[in-house]
Amino acid sequence: MEICRQDQALEIRELDPFLAELLRQVPESARPKDSAAAEERLFSAPAAAEERDLCAEWKVYVVPELRRLFQSATETVQQDLEQLRCTDKPFANCTLRIPLAHTDAWLNALNQARLAIAASYQFSDHELCDHYRSPLGNRRDLSLFQVNFYGFLQEFILREMEGNS
Amino acid sequence: MIQKQAATKDEIQTPWNVVVHNDPVNLMSYVTMVFQRVFGYPRERAEKHMLEVHHNGRSILWSGLRERAELYVQQLHGYLLLATIEKTT
Repeated sequence: MEICRQDQALEIRELDPFLAELLRQVPESARPKDSAAAEERLFSAPAAAEERDLCAEWKVYVVPELRRLFQSATETVQQDLEQLRCTDKPFANCTLRIPLAHTDAWLNALNQARLAIAASYQFSDHELCDHYRSPLGNRRDLSLFQVNFYGFLQEFILREMEGNS
Repeated sequence: MIQKQAATKDEIQTPWNVVVHNDPVNLMSYVTMVFQRVFGYPRERAEKHMLEVHHNGRSILWSGLRERAELYVQQLHGYLLLATIEKTT
């Protein structure tokens, strides 16, 4: 895999089918689904529990806005991921172009996915620092790899955005 | 009635802190970028707060009127940081 800046886009080239599949899973992974821990992390409380009125109002007025914001980011990512529909050669490496205008949406969606996965699996600090664990052990190891791979992409996007500003 | 009015006035004037809490998932570079964007802090100041969050578990990013503090927390939640408001002590 190779990542580089190409005009007004970031290009991820030579994306093998495994990593392409992980990227396809970004929008789905960003949804808390049935995980209360993930839901709680993505929509955390704005104050200590004693501030009951504030916390209750937050759920009514702010959380729906945050949901819309997060949804909009994952939809943008979903559109970009349409490029990975390699229907003619399903096992060939592919290229993904992320327009610079979409980098904020990608940062947000990758973060949603990382936080939701980490909360669902309750990864420890030690596990999150383990960048060398093979993804092939079990579903938990694969999910940890997913969190780290998405983090790597976030780092790259951030570096490019910084260089661009 | 007078007491209630005084309490309300006090409440309005009490400054609130915007606190960001540590979270092992968010990248340090991402947190720094968010502080720069939300509060308009220069990179050095944003990094100082990020490191404070990282080492001490929390950092007070801003203090002032409650309404503004709530707005900042909403923005920080939009970036998925763990942020809360609390009354200054």
